[in-house]
Amino acid sequence: MNYFPDEVLEHVFDFITSHKDRNSVSLVCKSWYKIEKYSRQRVFIGNCYSISPERLIARFPGLKSLTLKGKPHFADFNLVPDDWGGFLYPWIKAMARSRIGLEELRLKRMVVSDESLELLSKSFPNFKSLVLVSCEGFTTDGLAAVAANCRLLRELDLQENEVEDHRGHWLSCFPENCTSLVLLNFACLKGEINLASLERLVARSPNLKSLRLNRAVPFDTLQRLLMRAPQLVDLGTGSYVHDPYSEAYNKLKAAIQSCNSIRSLSGFLEVAPRCMSAVYPVCENLTFLNLSYAAGLQSIELTKLIQYCRKLQRLWILDCIGDKGLGVVASTCKELQELRVFPSDPFDAGNAAVTEEGLVLVSAGCPKLNSLLYFCQQMTNAALITVAKNCTNFIRFRLCILDPIKPDPVTNQPLDEGFGAIVRSCKGLKRLSLSGLLTDQVFYYIGMHAKQLEMLSIAFAGDSDKGMLYVLNGCKKLRKLEIRDCPFGDAALLEDMGKYETMRSLWMSSCEVTLGACKTLAKKMPSLNVEIINESEQTEFNLEDRQKVDKMYLYRTVVGHRKDAPEFVWLL
Amino acid sequence: MERSVAYENDLNFKATELRLGLPGTTDEEPAVSSVRNSKRPLQEDIEDEKCVANGNSESQNEPTAPPSKAQIVGWPPVQSYRKNNSQAKKIEFEFVSGIYVKVSMDGAPYLRKIDLKVYKGYTELLQALENMFKFTIGEYYERQGYKGSDYAPTYQDKDGDWMLVGDVPWKMFTTSCKRLRIMKGSEARGLGCCGA
Repeated sequence: MNYFPDEVLEHVFDFITSHKDRNSVSLVCKSWYKIEKYSRQRVFIGNCYSISPERLIARFPGLKSLTLKGKPHFADFNLVPDDWGGFLYPWIKAMARSRIGLEELRLKRMVVSDESLELLSKSFPNFKSLVLVSCEGFTTDGLAAVAANCRLLRELDLQENEVEDHRGHWLSCFPENCTSLVLLNFACLKGEINLASLERLVARSPNLKSLRLNRAVPFDTLQRLLMRAPQLVDLGTGSYVHDPYSEAYNKLKAAIQSCNSIRSLSGFLEVAPRCMSAVYPVCENLTFLNLSYAAGLQSIELTKLIQYCRKLQRLWILDCIGDKGLGVVASTCKELQELRVFPSDPFDAGNAAVTEEGLVLVSAGCPKLNSLLYFCQQMTNAALITVAKNCTNFIRFRLCILDPIKPDPVTNQPLDEGFGAIVRSCKGLKRLSLSGLLTDQVFYYIGMHAKQLEMLSIAFAGDSDKGMLYVLNGCKKLRKLEIRDCPFGDAALLEDMGKYETMRSLWMSSCEVTLGACKTLAKKMPSLNVEIINESEQTEFNLEDRQKVDKMYLYRTVVGHRKDAPEFVWLL
Repeated sequence: MERSVAYENDLNFKATELRLGLPGTTDEEPAVSSVRNSKRPLQEDIEDEKCVANGNSESQNEPTAPPSKAQIVGWPPVQSYRKNNSQAKKIEFEFVSGIYVKVSMDGAPYLRKIDLKVYKGYTELLQALENMFKFTIGEYYERQGYKGSDYAPTYQDKDGDWMLVGDVPWKMFTTSCKRLRIMKGSEARGLGCCGA
């Protein structure tokens, strides 16, 4: 098998970058396993409890770039109590101790303490990139440590984290000789920012390509920052409120016009609508526009802006754009691939401003559409069937009708046929989220047709165990299944226990699954961790086996029970 | 509830009743985590949902209707960060929705309109007016009004009176100002307490 020296094989493996492919390479033979093991630099761990830090380091001692995900997806919607888990610290501690040359760390839904950020900043001299998505547990003190100690820092990307703001001058902690920044995103920070430090930092970062500001950065500072960084490719404004007749406004207009590399625009966390015309010049080259936090813009302003965005590929917007506004998107944005429409008022779950009409218009006008997240007031089977005909390339299709069991308002039928058309037509579909009134029939269609499906989210749907079984039996590539408030029970859970070893995780809450069935599953499948989240006052010993469990989360693992589970998590 | 009252007068069947559940728990459904039983809704339930969803929000008040959507934990499935940061913005949107007032300048051929909400205080406002009409206002003195130029900024308040801009706190001004007028010349000078 080995006609080449190791170095040659290693060089060949350098060209193999996808995780799946590298995993396959390591299975070929012992010597390929060894070479691949020592040359692997990037590792992706979709569930931080599927492996331990120690085993990771032993397996891939050359690790440079690590991606870790912690809490289950439904934690985003407050279904997972605080302190459930997903702590970063043990990983940093282990990597620091083993002298891993960590350069990049990307985290999602993890609990990140200031202590772990501090240890990270002091343990990895070549550390270059920190990306935190939907994390919590840290304050601006932790950021100060990263700024001060990571001499070669290129990226600091904070996306939608809950950060406790101590109003310290963390930005001032970047040393004067730090000139390596390429990406700086602090849009999610709530507190004041030292504006002078920010300006100086941007001025001495000639490679800065991406800058996303928080709300505390005012209009005139934005203008000065743009003057210093006309090479920006991605801009997120902070506060965008000013008098459109002022000198400052004219200056900003001029500054924006000199930024002819901007391809991605976001922010407008506070916005004076009349100032939006200043950004029209960059619109014609935009590929990504995120106005999903710009609650101050009405449909009129949104559509005026979008009319200039002929090259747009990704659009994130609030539903106040309305169906008509989506019509403007359809006729303007012919290159559109991804559309996300969020509810303007996420608490008033009954009044989205878009319906099936807007989606149909976009599907007709944007044939390249492959990724959708759509919160809407209602949906019809006819509309979904039309969308399926117009767009066969969907990879991600997430539909959320605000009323969770709403039928087709025209025919009063469930939406089985509509979603059935989607899975039949979109052969490459990898991710699907369902809503509306749905019976077992929709799961029959999914099991029959969604052969590439990897992630499925179900709520308030189905009639019986058959529904869940159709999915488990038919979707061969299923990795993540999350179910809430459905009548699926023990028979479905236990029918094919081996299936869960082929998946990353299964979440079931408010279903018909009993404690006894969970115990059976845990006993028969030692390669799975079956966890029960129990928030009532009952203990494991009081609960009878035939009692239904409120929340169950199971996942495959090579390291058995985790040691950091809180009291309310029972490890069966 | 009525059931337990009836039982108290009986042989206390409730205590010996066989059912699934721990001793001491009642059989009330937890209202919070699901819209309804996980059984399929009866046709009436669907009708109720239709009424609630399609009708006006007033129709949400029947006590027998399924719990309103706001009670469902984790629904709609919007990320909590987004939920927490969208609401704040809603308040701000009201803040920036604009107080537009007409501005006239003596001698100018047409009027302009400005949005008072955009300015944080008098300095910004006056600077904006200076830019708009290309003139200088001079300095504000509490007793004498504006000195140093031929102009005085005035506004008409809710009572219809013409007042000098700058006397009252900013917030009070923005809520009472109905229109602005930049007075010129002798009329302006006459507004000064002590004359020229």
